[in-house]
Amino acid sequence: MKTLLVVAALQDGRLKRSTFEVIARTREVAREIGGDVAAVVLHPAARDVAPELMAHGASRVHVVEDPVFDRHLNGPVVDALAAVISEIGPRLVVAPSTESFKDVMGALAARLGAGALPDVSEFGLEGDQVVAVRPVMAAKMMARVSSAEPLVIVSVRSGSYEASRSAVEGEVVPVSFSTRADAPCPVLRDILTAGGGEVDLSEARVVVAAGRGVRDEAGRDLVLELARITGAAIGASRAVVETGLFPATAQIGQTGKVVSPDLYFAIGISGAIQHVAGMVNSRVIVAINKDPDAPIFEYATYGIVGDAFKVLPPLIAAIKAQEGR
Amino acid sequence: MKFCVCIKQVPDVAANVQTGRMVLNAYDASAVEAALALTEAHGGEVHLVLIGPDMAKETIRKALAMGAHEATHLVTTAALDSHAVSRLLAAHFSEAEYDVILTGKQSQDTDAGLAGGMLAEHLGCAYATNAVGLDLEGDSTVVVTRQGDAGQEILALQAPCLVTCSNDMNDPRIPSLKGIMASKKKPLHEREVTPEAGRTELHSTYAPPGREPGIKIEGEPTEQAGELVRLLQDEAGVL
Ligand SMILES: Cc1cc2nc3c(=O)[nH]c(=O)nc-3n(C[C@H](O)[C@H](O)[C@H](O)COP(=O)(O)OP(=O)(O)OC[C@H]3O[C@@H](n4cnc5c(N)ncnc54)[C@H](O)[C@@H]3O)c2cc1C
Ligand SMILES: Nc1ncnc2c1ncn2[C@@H]1O[C@H](COP(=O)(O)O)[C@@H](O)[C@H]1O
Repeated sequence: MKTLLVVAALQDGRLKRSTFEVIARTREVAREIGGDVAAVVLHPAARDVAPELMAHGASRVHVVEDPVFDRHLNGPVVDALAAVISEIGPRLVVAPSTESFKDVMGALAARLGAGALPDVSEFGLEGDQVVAVRPVMAAKMMARVSSAEPLVIVSVRSGSYEASRSAVEGEVVPVSFSTRADAPCPVLRDILTAGGGEVDLSEARVVVAAGRGVRDEAGRDLVLELARITGAAIGASRAVVETGLFPATAQIGQTGKVVSPDLYFAIGISGAIQHVAGMVNSRVIVAINKDPDAPIFEYATYGIVGDAFKVLPPLIAAIKAQEGR
Repeated sequence: MKFCVCIKQVPDVAANVQTGRMVLNAYDASAVEAALALTEAHGGEVHLVLIGPDMAKETIRKALAMGAHEATHLVTTAALDSHAVSRLLAAHFSEAEYDVILTGKQSQDTDAGLAGGMLAEHLGCAYATNAVGLDLEGDSTVVVTRQGDAGQEILALQAPCLVTCSNDMNDPRIPSLKGIMASKKKPLHEREVTPEAGRTELHSTYAPPGREPGIKIEGEPTEQAGELVRLLQDEAGVL
């Protein structure tokens, strides 16, 4: 039986929603070919998340429980994934397209001699081909791509598929792992986090994103307040990140993160294609911009031509007036 | 230190219509800038390598005009995927000397982001991706700030190593007239290459489905705000 292997993505020891999105689609593909779904988790306490993976359809959960996986570091991740994949021999390896997976995908594909289809929005199997659709040209175009290699690695943009449950009786398969002392690998010295406890951008249902139009601390306070009352994650354009008002982790776009929330507020963002590339698949887009000709209005479900400093206070008040937030 | 920067010529994705104008991949321009800044501060040389057709020479000239010292043009007209690119680059680096290889974090046209990691694996060297900061420490330590999922990771790598660069690292310099004149005399080695087959295929490209035309909300700020909340709740059901 052919196995399709899902690489779980975790944040602070918990499975990311994108893992469930990916596993839901992988289950469908497995059903079409009469195959099964396995998962691999790299984390010091990997088996803790195994029941949830089984509840989503993984019949085997390979757990690699080494302390080194507490933090992302490409060397050991490539070694561990390559070992598990060689052992199982899956037809397809599927992973959420996180920064951490992007970091290892090329090296992993090269080591295993696999075909690599990164950052796809659709994938499937057609005969002996793995086929996929992926945005190219800063998401101005979609490309149909394929790989006929016997092993193919696919990474999937968050929000491409709906997460859904489908429980199976599964088993946990512990994998022994030890880091090779001689392996070429960077040394991790430090991690600078933007601050804890925030809503994770790539998982958020609502994103409030600021652009250069949010020009100062007063503007930022309005944006943060709108985000707070809507339970939103904070996003930003490259131009406003450069001013230092928002952290680089908040950047959305071709260089930054890709998001696809139900609701996206673009506040003082012009709508350059490199920004749009990261948010165009949001379900509802609200644009607030004082320039009626700003390109962002071409994508907006609801557009307000106006000064953000004048529109945000009554907007915040109106939302607060609803259900007393 | 000797920096080798892998540069690619790509179509200008920012143009409103497909102009056919070709440019230096923005991420590679940042890699060139980083290498120049570090060699200006600490000494060393910056070499370039580009795989592509004859017309890509223009892009090599541009990066030389920024200040790189020497370039190699691996000439082919074949369409290449990241795998085929990484193989040709690996063959090149099996002969060329280097301390640090820099690539862009991705190609602006395909957004693949694979060639750097693949090349590092072929060469068996340590690597870091998505660098937003790059520094040198002593004779052989490269310190990378990389943008990760939850924050910035500070990594130390021993040369020889490879780093893929984000354009958030710096603003690449615009070549000066003097730089442009000087670039014409810089060594540019040229060699025909035959790539191996890729591992992926591109079948077609098409425009994504357009978004439904939206509504512009008119009025005074308070009216606009009230109407927006009503629409988000009653029409879109997202509040
Ligand atoms: C290779 C490459 C990759 C890139 N990647 C990214 C990326 O990942 N993410 C990204 O965002 N950009 C990216 N960029 C940069 C992108 O091209 C734009 O420069 C950037 O998105 C502009 O940000 P902005 O809209 O905030 O600023 P601007 O373009 O300066 O727009 C500011 C907007 O605010 C409006 N405004 C001003 N004051 C007010 C006010 N009081 N009220 C309401 N509106 C106001 C203005 O009308 C204007 O439309 C990339 C560029 C390149 C070349
Ligand atoms: N034709 C090429 N010649 C030289 N370097 C290239 C070429 N194609 C890709 N690269 C390098 O690989 C990086 C990203 O590769 P990828 O996104 O996988 O296409 C680019 O930023 C370049 O540094």
